[in-house]
Amino acid sequence: MAALQLEKQRGRYAALAIAAVVIVVGIPLWWKTTETYRAWLPFSEISELDSLQLQLSVDIEVVFSRGTLTPEQQKKFPLSHVNEKEHQVDAKTGLRYKYETRYRTATIMEEDALNQPTAAEADLSLHMLSESSCGSVVVYVIPETAALLPEDVKVYVGQRRTALLRSPPFKSSWSLKEVLSNLDVKVEQVVSTMSFSHQDIVAALSNRVRMAKVTKESMADSMRAIKSSPGYEITFSLLNPDPRSHSLHWDIEGAVQSCIQPLLNKLAPIANFSVDSQILYYVVLGVNPRFDNSVSAYTLSADSLSHVINPVEARLGSNAASSNPVLNFLLYVPDSHHSPLFIRDHSKREVPSNAFHSPRWGGIMVYNVNEMYGPEAEPPVDININMAKVMGVFLAQLRLMLGVQHTHPPTGFVLQSPGSAGLADWELDRLLWSRSVENIATASTTITSLAQLLDQIGNIVINDNIAQQVSSAVTSLQSAVAELEAGNLAFALQYSREAILASERAFFDPSLLHLLYFPDDQKFAIYIPLFLPMCVPIVLSLLKIVSEAKKRRADKQAKSD
Amino acid sequence: MDYYNLMRIFAFIHLLVSIPHGYSNYVETKAGQFFSSGHTNNWAVLVCTSRFWFNYRHVANTLSVYRSVKRLGIPDSHIVLMLADDMACNYRNPKPATVFSHKNMELNVYGDDVEVDYRGYEVTVENFLRVLTGRLPPSTPRSKRLLSDDRSNILIYLTGHGGNGFLKFQDSEEISNMELADAFEQMWQKRRYNELLFIIDTCQGASMYERFYSPNLMALASSQVGEDSLSHQPDLAIGVHLMDKYTFYLLEFLEEVHPASQANMNDLFKVCPQSQCVSTPGHRTDLFQRDPGSVLITDFFGSVRKVEITKDTINLTSPVEPPIQRSGSGDIQIESLTYVDQLPVAEIIHQKPKQKDWHPPDGFILGLWTLILLVFFQTYGIKHLKHIF
Repeated sequence: MAALQLEKQRGRYAALAIAAVVIVVGIPLWWKTTETYRAWLPFSEISELDSLQLQLSVDIEVVFSRGTLTPEQQKKFPLSHVNEKEHQVDAKTGLRYKYETRYRTATIMEEDALNQPTAAEADLSLHMLSESSCGSVVVYVIPETAALLPEDVKVYVGQRRTALLRSPPFKSSWSLKEVLSNLDVKVEQVVSTMSFSHQDIVAALSNRVRMAKVTKESMADSMRAIKSSPGYEITFSLLNPDPRSHSLHWDIEGAVQSCIQPLLNKLAPIANFSVDSQILYYVVLGVNPRFDNSVSAYTLSADSLSHVINPVEARLGSNAASSNPVLNFLLYVPDSHHSPLFIRDHSKREVPSNAFHSPRWGGIMVYNVNEMYGPEAEPPVDININMAKVMGVFLAQLRLMLGVQHTHPPTGFVLQSPGSAGLADWELDRLLWSRSVENIATASTTITSLAQLLDQIGNIVINDNIAQQVSSAVTSLQSAVAELEAGNLAFALQYSREAILASERAFFDPSLLHLLYFPDDQKFAIYIPLFLPMCVPIVLSLLKIVSEAKKRRADKQAKSD
Repeated sequence: MDYYNLMRIFAFIHLLVSIPHGYSNYVETKAGQFFSSGHTNNWAVLVCTSRFWFNYRHVANTLSVYRSVKRLGIPDSHIVLMLADDMACNYRNPKPATVFSHKNMELNVYGDDVEVDYRGYEVTVENFLRVLTGRLPPSTPRSKRLLSDDRSNILIYLTGHGGNGFLKFQDSEEISNMELADAFEQMWQKRRYNELLFIIDTCQGASMYERFYSPNLMALASSQVGEDSLSHQPDLAIGVHLMDKYTFYLLEFLEEVHPASQANMNDLFKVCPQSQCVSTPGHRTDLFQRDPGSVLITDFFGSVRKVEITKDTINLTSPVEPPIQRSGSGDIQIESLTYVDQLPVAEIIHQKPKQKDWHPPDGFILGLWTLILLVFFQTYGIKHLKHIF
């Protein structure tokens, strides 16, 4: 009897010990070994980034030359004034524009520079004197009667960041405040032309903000300009459908070196560019041009232009190794039976450039060579293509593709043509503003959606390199926003580029594929055959112990009673 | 009489007046179409998920959609074609290098210009999801990537064997409708599409688009939940069914669409009614922003580019200089290069025979000897061992 009791006791202890081991050792071990490795991510900072409050600061300097103000009005100089505008784009995005204006009088050297005969030379000599920082605007106010600007021109915007403004009529009895408030309207017009406009910034935020109210023009602009990307590939192609009649020579290397490369060098802070070229023979346009008797030439109507690109695109090669967006520029020389070939616009008028472009894809120019040789020439005729004319068109198309928007300045404004550099400094600044904002907006949405995704799906493994990319993206974003606030546009763009690179690399990391999606019934199906046979004896023996203990207590109670 | 003539003249004048008005409306609609659809490029992802010879019809389905999409203008660089098996060069194909869609071998949808991006065993759920979400390893070439941006309209076509809530890939794995919906949501988060048209031709296809929750998605399926999608016609020479009913009528519908046609999505919804298809095709448009009647077929199946005339040019007056001549010696000695010998005949002829290494006896010999020894010791007993050794 005692031995039986001992055995039972031992059995009880054994069951309890096994249960204890299972619970204390087994369950934590199982939990630890089946959990996925998730490196730590700065979730709190990411959720802070979700609501974006951007402040864009522009430095404006207004320089009054001699003769515009009376000495009493000039007494308070140098003077500075801050103007702030706030816009709430949507619940999570807010914009604040800060215009810091400094007023001063011109120095002697600047006066000398303004005494040049033409506005272009004045602009050049002003630039020699001082280099204005990226993103700033300098306005020189010249007397109303100055001969520097022609009669009907009120503002001359130079190639760099300076503008010459003809002063509106001032009364010498006015106080400085009245003068400045009178001038501010004009200065604001100049600044909105040379620096960013609200529409540009809102268009740049299109990734974050779903466009509800936007003008047709800005939508066309946003559709035309290619999205911000770390690199672009530019391909120049010469299409020769008739090599039997024309033997074409184009000096593309030299043309790219002298015409396109300066522009690309200037745009180097925005993205990397790679340029290549190819020649395609026996390509067909895909559309039959119609012969127009009135000009005795073949014409392509504007409606048929949309169908020209597709058959050609199938034959264009591209660099298989990179995934950068490609901008194609095609030069089509019509065959001898369809020469000359002109493009007609929607109102059936002739197009002087004889070229058209497609948003985010590139441009096509038709180059007629029928005038370069007479009927006595023996086929194939050697033809040298005039690259200056061709590059002029391609450069204009490239500027449109890259997002250098059309500016529609008010009347009385004259914009100096950018010339061989391809891009004026203030146009570059506009591009930098919209690119920085776009990069910041895209990077912040990428990071927040990645954080949301990783939060929702608990099974995805987060490796250390992803955590590192995310952290560096977050710090770069914060620095970019801070630099924008401080007004350092170049640094802001650099940080925003780093942020977008890091965030894209983190988001598109191949290891983040959510393949561990198990529906709950499958999870049960895996665990039950493993754990049930083991758990059932333990649970049953524990129950038996508990019921026996209860019975003993009841017996004891009965005995004691 | 006079009154009648007056009415006629009045009507004629009215007609004359309204024609230019109508024309300007037309021009405006053409110009307005620039903004109506909001996309600048088109992509297509066409997937056939079944292998084996008897699933010939799924490959033919995918290839016929591929053919229509190419004909309407989408270039190969913008199409990701995934075929799980090679029917054209299958051993059982009596007409190699062809895949027919109509019986009596009327239409060869394989053609001679097919670019298959993912073939055979590369068509897996993982690769499909990687293509959609863009999470491909950096070594993936351009042709295997979906490089769409926020202004791309994407057409996704899936065909194969499916069930309620899943689609079978390669007879060994399946993709569920929840995974597909999550993949589309990730595409939306990264703005990888402007609008997406999802077409699926499998049994119970409508279950695959039930769980979508991202905006700008339109979905079509060949059958409702609980219904089977049926195949169309067998060809007695080839021996298998050539196409599925839904895609067959879809192909017939698309053959009448040309790049400038104005057919819209409402016409596409009417393709293959129950009388022809036996199953009931379904569609889902509640997540789509625009009205389906205003969406052109070519918005998804074709690639009609928006073009603008280039109005401004830049005057480049400076002459174009030739590039800097690379300074160096005039003649560089180029050593002549030769190919490596494919088959080193000289070495093979004069080779000595190789010494074969000794290998211990393998399983069969070992087993045979073990059997012999066992029988021997069974019969004679252990005590006789000392007589042997």
